[in-house]
Amino acid sequence: MSQSDKSAQTFESGLEGSQSEVAKFDEPARSPLKSLQHALHVNPALIPLIILVLSVAGFGIILGGRFFSPFSLTLILQQVSIVGIVAVAQTLVILTKGIDLSVGAIMVLSSVVMGQFTFRYGLPPEIAILCGFAVGALCGLVNGVLVAIVRLPPFIVTLGMWQIVLASNFLYSRNETIRAQDIESNAPLLQFFGESIRAGGAVLTYGVIAMIVLAALFSYILNNTAWGRHVYAVGDDADAAQLAGVRVKRTLISVYVLSGLICALAGWVLIGRIGSVSPTAGQFTNIESITAVVIGGISLFGGRGSIVGALFGALIVGVFGLGLRLMGTDPQWTFLLIGVLIIGAVALDQWIRRISA
Amino acid sequence: MSENYVLTAKGLVKRFGRVVALDHADFELKPGEILAVIGDNGAGKSTLIKAISGAIAPDDGEIHLDGQRVQFSSPMAARQAGIETVYQNLALSPALSIADNMFMGREIRVAGPLGSVFKMLDKRKMESFARQKLSELGLMTIQNIRQPIETLSGGQRQGVAVARAAAFGSRVVILDEPTAALGVKESRKVLDLILGLRERGLPVVLISHNMPHVFEVADRIHIHRLGRRAALIKPQDYSMSDAVAIMTGAMAPPEEMAA
Repeated sequence: MSQSDKSAQTFESGLEGSQSEVAKFDEPARSPLKSLQHALHVNPALIPLIILVLSVAGFGIILGGRFFSPFSLTLILQQVSIVGIVAVAQTLVILTKGIDLSVGAIMVLSSVVMGQFTFRYGLPPEIAILCGFAVGALCGLVNGVLVAIVRLPPFIVTLGMWQIVLASNFLYSRNETIRAQDIESNAPLLQFFGESIRAGGAVLTYGVIAMIVLAALFSYILNNTAWGRHVYAVGDDADAAQLAGVRVKRTLISVYVLSGLICALAGWVLIGRIGSVSPTAGQFTNIESITAVVIGGISLFGGRGSIVGALFGALIVGVFGLGLRLMGTDPQWTFLLIGVLIIGAVALDQWIRRISA
Repeated sequence: MSENYVLTAKGLVKRFGRVVALDHADFELKPGEILAVIGDNGAGKSTLIKAISGAIAPDDGEIHLDGQRVQFSSPMAARQAGIETVYQNLALSPALSIADNMFMGREIRVAGPLGSVFKMLDKRKMESFARQKLSELGLMTIQNIRQPIETLSGGQRQGVAVARAAAFGSRVVILDEPTAALGVKESRKVLDLILGLRERGLPVVLISHNMPHVFEVADRIHIHRLGRRAALIKPQDYSMSDAVAIMTGAMAPPEEMAA
């Protein structure tokens, strides 16, 4: 063997006559099933959009004007506004391959802080609201530091924080509810998101508008800023992202802090929605937000999905809820159907991920 | 120092607990050459590479880049100094596009307030730059630069990673086992890419276990053994079995070369 020979190795002579491109990037022809898989892979919000349109159309046909009226349709938006806002926070966390079980508890604690700071300490509501946001951010920071720096699994961290935050909420509020009339006469700013724009039968509360603006904002951030791309990269493969120059710890912490802040916003919107400040509100928001996110096609394994999908997921739940109620069915049917949708959505995600090169 | 070196390391020491991974190791890279680094498992070659690419900080010793002493606190710092590394795992995000991956961690923003206030990325600019760099390296017929990495073959992924390093590595490109996971044909493409980098004047550090590949493309071979450089040879002067013998300690390193 002539080692010093600079030419290609002899066993490679078999390569002569083979294709000489280094890399080809044309799209090969696909079967219809493959192209569907590809379309879903590129745009995972497609399926929830189709389900949403079909379910609205379906209930519209069955129930007619009772369902298909501006009032009913905007009522769905009002009913999903809290879950929709929290789902934005949940999406950010799940995109990083995490999960946040403490979202509902942070939301309630923030709303309690906003209320109690105003009524117990007599602070101006503006300051009390800022304090509520600060508490939300602080809870998020604790989550973020425990996940990113202490390197505990997000499930465990947020399971613990869920209990801690919820217990703090009950201890601090002494399980007291602040009545809606008191808030209305003394601190109407707390109910700001309950105000609405009416046009015909349609009722758009500021809370609904907040949900839509928030979703649009984060949709832009995730797709068009470096931070947004880093969130996806961290969830996709954290080690690779680190080596490629992404500051993984900083990105993770910022995601959890933002999640806390968004939950505080949800807490403020919650006061507007129910009128009062109640430490027992929003008990299932964490599970509902995860449901919305999963039905919305966001992968629990990180790095895939979009905010719009999560919003569609929340709306699907809302449409089924109201539609089945108007039909007079037992509400358990709603839960049953939501369960089917969750399992279906995750099965679909697994199929989409099974991409052959 | 009689000769002009791009990158040198002198007396590098790195201990992990009681294990001495680098024992006063030296390293020299000339301009425009392909320097192969070979060594048995555990010889400390990855530690050496990590030290010069900023992934770890050596306990002792000096690193000079273009005659200037440098101390890298992170891989980012080494990158900013012009040293790009293609890691064995490629450091690509499978679900993101080719363009996203090429600019990961150094995205370009739109000019004006859209970029400075709204932090908007200039996707068009990044995509056309990525396309240009891939075609420069002969990665032909790129139709869809937005294609996710996971839809590419192993060789194509390696191509993207090498293109990223070549596009931003102004001084040195380090490749860690670039052909380890590839078949015959794809290995050939990657070796051609490496030779292409040298043609463009970029010095390359190639870490490999594959002796035929090393002997084909390298100008000089740095043989690492027991945490230090055992020998620095030219592939014309030695056979592959000699190199392996020096690497494993079966043969004493040539006197004049033992650093």
